[in-house]
Amino acid sequence: MEASAVTAGGGGGARRSRERLVPLLFLLPALVFLGVWLVYPTVRTIVRSFFDRSGDQFVGFDNYKALFTTDTLTTAIENNVLWVAVVPAFVTAIGLVFAVLTERIRWSTGFKTAVFMPMAISLFAAGVIWRVMDEKDPAQGTVNASIKVVKDAFGGGGVLTNAQGSTPQLVGSPQKGFVLRTPVRPGGTAAMGLTAIPPAEVPSSAAQAVAPRPQAGAIDGVVWRDFKPGGGRPGVVEPGEDGLPGVTVELRRASGGGVVASTSTAEDGSFSFGGVRPGSYRVGIASSTFSEPFTGVSWLGPKLITPAIMIAYVWVWAGFAMVIIAAGLAAISREVLEAARTDGATEWQVFRRVTVPMLAPVLSVVFITMIINVLKVFDIILSIAPASSQDDANVIALAMWRTSFGGVNDFGLGSAIAVFLFVLVIPVLALNVRRFRREV
Amino acid sequence: MIRHRLHLSVLGVVALALAVLAGCGGNNGGSTSTSGGGGTTNANVSGSVSVMAVWTGDEQKSFRAVIDAFNQQYPNVNVRYTSAGDNLPTVLSTAVQGGNPPDVAAIAQPGLIQEFQAKGALRPLEYARGAVEANYPSDFVQLGTIDGKLYSFVYKGANKSTVWNNVEAFRNAGVEAPATWDDLLAAARTLKASGVDAYSIGGADGWTLTDLFENVYLRQAGPDKYDQLSRLQIPWTDPSVRTALRTMAQVFSDRSNIVGGTSGALQTDFPKSVENVFVNPAKGAMVIEGDFVPGVVAGQTKLRAGTGYDEFPFPAVGGSSANVVVGGGDSIVAFRDNPAVEAFVSFLASPEGAKAWAQRGGFSSPNRGVTSSDYPDELTARIATAISGADTFRFDMSDLAPAAFGGTPGQGEWKILQDFLANPSDVNGTAEALQKSAQKAYASQRG
Repeated sequence: MEASAVTAGGGGGARRSRERLVPLLFLLPALVFLGVWLVYPTVRTIVRSFFDRSGDQFVGFDNYKALFTTDTLTTAIENNVLWVAVVPAFVTAIGLVFAVLTERIRWSTGFKTAVFMPMAISLFAAGVIWRVMDEKDPAQGTVNASIKVVKDAFGGGGVLTNAQGSTPQLVGSPQKGFVLRTPVRPGGTAAMGLTAIPPAEVPSSAAQAVAPRPQAGAIDGVVWRDFKPGGGRPGVVEPGEDGLPGVTVELRRASGGGVVASTSTAEDGSFSFGGVRPGSYRVGIASSTFSEPFTGVSWLGPKLITPAIMIAYVWVWAGFAMVIIAAGLAAISREVLEAARTDGATEWQVFRRVTVPMLAPVLSVVFITMIINVLKVFDIILSIAPASSQDDANVIALAMWRTSFGGVNDFGLGSAIAVFLFVLVIPVLALNVRRFRREV
Repeated sequence: MIRHRLHLSVLGVVALALAVLAGCGGNNGGSTSTSGGGGTTNANVSGSVSVMAVWTGDEQKSFRAVIDAFNQQYPNVNVRYTSAGDNLPTVLSTAVQGGNPPDVAAIAQPGLIQEFQAKGALRPLEYARGAVEANYPSDFVQLGTIDGKLYSFVYKGANKSTVWNNVEAFRNAGVEAPATWDDLLAAARTLKASGVDAYSIGGADGWTLTDLFENVYLRQAGPDKYDQLSRLQIPWTDPSVRTALRTMAQVFSDRSNIVGGTSGALQTDFPKSVENVFVNPAKGAMVIEGDFVPGVVAGQTKLRAGTGYDEFPFPAVGGSSANVVVGGGDSIVAFRDNPAVEAFVSFLASPEGAKAWAQRGGFSSPNRGVTSSDYPDELTARIATAISGADTFRFDMSDLAPAAFGGTPGQGEWKILQDFLANPSDVNGTAEALQKSAQKAYASQRG
């Protein structure tokens, strides 16, 4: 080509064609990459979305119909709408607050570094961190462990964590306490057998339980672990069954009303109410005997999974928003702010009427960037949501992956989801491109 | 056997996405090669064989030992093994589509084998039929036969009809390994009274629930119905399915007897459900899952086989035989035909080919030529010989179904049984949901 240009004689035409050729030559590598990695896959994906799972049969818009009629996919779309509605606004707002506040504190660099730090972690790794922190078991999940610390500080102290009545005679639950169905009169006895108590939880001081003997004018009884290997006979005190010491036993009038007397069981589980006035009484075990351990909030369960992931996502991206907004803030003319203050504006008014409007271009950049990011959100959901709640946490990008590679291997439907996502991102992209043009 | 390794699968996705985009399927990474040495029995067969399977780590080492044993007989055949990890089905599908499959592969999904056979990608293994018929129970020969020809045989089996228990928890409660379903329920009540939750269920992984269903169904409804249901020749709304669901509900509705309750179980993944049992004091007394359970906590638990944890066969349901096994396994298939491939495949079908791995552990062979003494310990031998000695053996039904129904997290059978775990009173709704989902998945597979 060059040779022919030269032989054509050195006129302006040759130079012009060379002027056209050289930039093209420089662009060629980029064009090849764009073509192979972007244009071809995009076109191929669009074509593929009109074929069935095997790729042999043209199915028209069937895949797109499936997209809007399959439960898990419509959940994905709903969730994506929720993400776009909540997260960009949150990230921008938190970034703004952090940026404005850090301007005024002395250790702002340290604070900014800490907030920005999550950006240095890959989103997938951040997801893994939150997956562990959100574990239900307070012994594993940091979040639930913190809640447990607070809860334990305000309650607890019972000798047992859990129990059940060994016979239908004893009704109730650890939360409400237990009570014997049949009223007892002075001179009667009350045997209250409990099961479902781990052997390790029986206090070491516990001794063999003894069946109560009736005594005139008193109500005697026993609280014991009504279990021995193999089960034993429910409701009967047998050798090898220990009494439960430290259990709070309460006496109430059968006709109703409050606690008449209360006592604590001895090492063999026995207790005695002496000098009881004639009448009919109910004997029961107080709920204060039990402090049910906090088993944890199920952050990763179907109900809380999306908010839990959103929190993790905001945690990661707040730093990004803060840094961009802080840069914008630094560029604002101080004089305007000073002028407003001199005119008697309060700090809130300065923030509301001067700072925010002047930051508007930066805020909208952050907001739009976040919308694009959130539309494509994928890895953090894959890493946080356990398989059982991935359906509830599903978003379009995740649905695309799960449909194409996650076992279904339906590339037709997967491509349709990808195209749908692409179409959703286009208007936001266009908005961004227009903004760039205006700024340039 | 279905494995779940999040990080692995995600790494795989990146590699796969690249492979798919580039439009080529290839063997990536991790290939090992072994060349001859030793015996000179069959020096006249030469060539090379490429093998692909999911085995990595210790399993890969064990398989290399099998290749070494093979090379003792065939010193001039060069066997190259490539591990595709958990993404084997996708890697193989891409390779087949690209016309460049390995010579031999070990596939755990019978559905995939059928798909490849239908595409004409597989070569029949008729040359190994004699060895397979001589060494394998007839259920296995049938399993590998398509259109009257043998296309595959299970090399590495998995016994999914096992229940694992914590020995101390059983001793505290004074219960023995139950032999029937009713005994199991009674033992569970006693365990609860002793202060430990009876069941540890890994409900976050839907396949643990499908395994439980299959074990109940095969015993209760029998192998014929099991086969019909696997092919959707009877609907999931069949009374036999409802009965099996009701039987499962006897466990699921005993909420306070499940570690963490049902909501906790739904978030317990399979490894966690094993940990609950393999620790003292136990959080749960038993976990109902296959022979791969101890491998999950290997190196983490202080408990030893026999004294700390133990195994008993899945109990008989409604007067069924005790010798019924639901299982799975990696089946050998060949994509090419040549003397080297035939030699290697025949070797894998022989007792020697199975023994080479069996003695290293972590391996159950359906090959009757492998006896108890070939396994490293008594527990492994008991579980493994239960497969080769089973009256009835059936392949894991969810692995036979289209993946959209039987093998995908968050949808199909996995998801519906998870919902059933959350709400075990809804037997009819569950059966209908299963049928609806199955119909859709089977139709799209046929279409």
